[in-house]
Amino acid sequence: MTTPLLAIEGLTKSYPGVVANDDVSMAIGEGEIHALLGENGAGKSTLVKAIYGLVRPDSGQMRWRGAPYAPAAPHEARATGVAMVFQHFSLFDALDVAENVALGMDDPPPIRQLAARIRKVSTEYGLPLDPGRLAGDLSAGERQRVEIIRCLLQNPDLLIMDEPTSVLTPQEVEILFETLRKLREEGRSILYISHKLDEIRSLCETATILRLGKVVASSDPRAMSARQLAELMVGTALTPPERAGLAPGEVLLEVTGLSHRAPSAFGTSLKEISLSVRAGEILGIGGVAGNGQDELLAALSGELRSKHQAIRLKGQPMGRYGPNTRRALGLLCAPEERLGHAAAPEMSLTENTLLTAAWREKLVRRGFIDWKRAQGFAEKIISRFDVRTPGPHVAARALSGGNLQKFVIGREIIQRPEVLIVNQPTWGVDAAAAAAIRQALMDLAQGGAAVVVISQDLDELLEIADRFCALNGGRLSAPRPVAGLTMEEVGLMLGGAGDMEVAGEATAGAAEGAAHAET
Amino acid sequence: MMDLSSINPVVLAAALMVAATPILLAAIGELVVEKAGVLNLGVEGMMITGAVTGFAVAVTTGNAYIGMVAAVLGGAALALVFALLTQYLMSNQVATGLALTLFGLGLSALIGQGYVGISPPRTPKIDFGWLSEIPVLGPVLFRHDPLVYVSIFIVAAVWWFLRHSRAGRILRAVGENHDAAHALGYRVRAVRVAAIAFGGACAGLGGAYLSLIRVPQWTEGMTAGAGWIALALVVFASWRPWRALIGAYLFGGIVVLQLNLQAAGWRIPVEYLAMSPYLVTILVLVIMSSGRARRSLSAPGSLGRPFHAAG
Repeated sequence: MTTPLLAIEGLTKSYPGVVANDDVSMAIGEGEIHALLGENGAGKSTLVKAIYGLVRPDSGQMRWRGAPYAPAAPHEARATGVAMVFQHFSLFDALDVAENVALGMDDPPPIRQLAARIRKVSTEYGLPLDPGRLAGDLSAGERQRVEIIRCLLQNPDLLIMDEPTSVLTPQEVEILFETLRKLREEGRSILYISHKLDEIRSLCETATILRLGKVVASSDPRAMSARQLAELMVGTALTPPERAGLAPGEVLLEVTGLSHRAPSAFGTSLKEISLSVRAGEILGIGGVAGNGQDELLAALSGELRSKHQAIRLKGQPMGRYGPNTRRALGLLCAPEERLGHAAAPEMSLTENTLLTAAWREKLVRRGFIDWKRAQGFAEKIISRFDVRTPGPHVAARALSGGNLQKFVIGREIIQRPEVLIVNQPTWGVDAAAAAAIRQALMDLAQGGAAVVVISQDLDELLEIADRFCALNGGRLSAPRPVAGLTMEEVGLMLGGAGDMEVAGEATAGAAEGAAHAET
Repeated sequence: MMDLSSINPVVLAAALMVAATPILLAAIGELVVEKAGVLNLGVEGMMITGAVTGFAVAVTTGNAYIGMVAAVLGGAALALVFALLTQYLMSNQVATGLALTLFGLGLSALIGQGYVGISPPRTPKIDFGWLSEIPVLGPVLFRHDPLVYVSIFIVAAVWWFLRHSRAGRILRAVGENHDAAHALGYRVRAVRVAAIAFGGACAGLGGAYLSLIRVPQWTEGMTAGAGWIALALVVFASWRPWRALIGAYLFGGIVVLQLNLQAAGWRIPVEYLAMSPYLVTILVLVIMSSGRARRSLSAPGSLGRPFHAAG
């Protein structure tokens, strides 16, 4: 057997209260696309950070082409030949593309030379980029390109990609995969982190699966079914959510011609959004991040006010009402950001029930908080939604992502909303909790409520929604029934690869971006 | 009766540059601090500390320039206290900045007790020879003390540093998104501490300009809101060096014009002008605490947010 490019032997790293990596060993060969699979919290990020020199392992060692390798800082890792594309893009919005690329290099050439190289390399790999644009004006796919080009200019032997496709449309994913295969042909290795199993099966030849910090399997993903891989990741058998079909009832929520200026400079304006949801129906709204999801949720929840007639609940106009009035009338929301938006991190779960349930659950009497009732309500959520926590006195921050998400979604569902709007209900949530949340949403619709699910996870939407529409640049497409909808059609609805295919069109996109910044 | 003919525009323009210089120095320093993502509300405190240390050292040594160096060190020293508290002990930036101002005012009053009523050594004006004889331009531009030119040079240097140097790019990156900068391996804290020290040094020099050149005398609380105006100026300049220069000169112009108008017999209560820095400061603080307004003003993305290195 030949010497692997990077061999990891017995790597262990623990944080107070949790062992993130427990005796992890794996090897990445030359010219190989190697998948690193695992749930959130399985220790993928810690492992990758150790390879990139951001985290120092407690014990264990790494070898680079046989020689000991222990980077103390990212620049040492980069000097060895490791480059990394981050999950949450490490870009600087107010800086332009060339400057962003320069910041990721240890010895950048003058900006003008660099800009020329960016143009050249990016076209070579089929990822055209205009070096003069501000990072804040780029789409998610283009932002990722900046990261990839930044890495490629270092001429790396190992490219680490942390969940690269989570923000891309299916067409953009294809373009990315082409680039990755091209890189493999050049003899470079790629460590590909994901939990999307179909992708891994089409792209990678080796997979290392982590669960709770330990390596549970190391295999060829092409020889296994997605289901087998998922069960290795989760450790238990998974049951997909189910629901019986129900004839949709009357229209509960109707939105017509809802427009709203972007509340922030890098936000998205809502343009003439119309939708209607019936009782017993789930409407899925897909779209790549930053196309107006947050703004749409804010407009529906009442955080942003709009024209009074633009939003109607059972025929009653409510565009001018704030969140509390809308809640009282039966329209409830669960925003994307768990900590800081849906829940106050430092407050206990009991206190957090008061944020949205004070009125509907009568947790406040004559201006005073009824603590007993509030605590009872919190306990009810905890038991009904299987929230793993020592009790309702625990601060929201102390809960894991999945458990807190079950809590905040459960808090709304128990209040028996007539219309529930959720944004990214299963983002960053482990598979078991995600399945529970999806099931709860479907049960709610089954009980006669209208549910709107805004999500970037297309598989999720196709699984639970009855109708699907796409949010693109603040505009909402016409809804299509989910039955019979293919991934390719969904991708086209999302704007396809947009301006990404041809270099010439990329500049047209730049002009559009500039126009967008002015509005 | 008002007699506008007594106002000489040339003298006015020359006085404007002098009036603007202390604010400009403090503002350009704070601009760098804020570009690095730190909000230091202690400018007033650092300024007056610089004013008193500069004055005391200049009087003791008999050399104004040694006094200015001392003012730079004094301002930077107070700024480093702020850096220690906010960057290492993770205290709240707004509260710490306010405390720094109160502390600086008190400390300067203590140090300055023995220096009230003394005249400092004079700072000679630069001799530009025939240049200063040019009509109009000569007296406006070429008959000043060296610090006026130093302040303009600092503005130019800061502009070049932020715009064209690699270190400046790193500083902007740290201010824009400190988590990303950390992930790329930049030392967020070190960059910020350096920026804070620079801001303190500039504020100290601005203070020394007041006590050694503009007034020149030491009186308790003599900065009288100049540090707050500098803070407001940074925001109104949208964090751009040349705009800060224009803003400072505009403000200097208003101050000088108001004095001239009073001399000419126009009766506007002095209290109105004395009020303005505080009104402006309140306005700016409101703007800074609103996320939306910050974005639309293109404030640095991480401004005022504490940085905890994870992992």
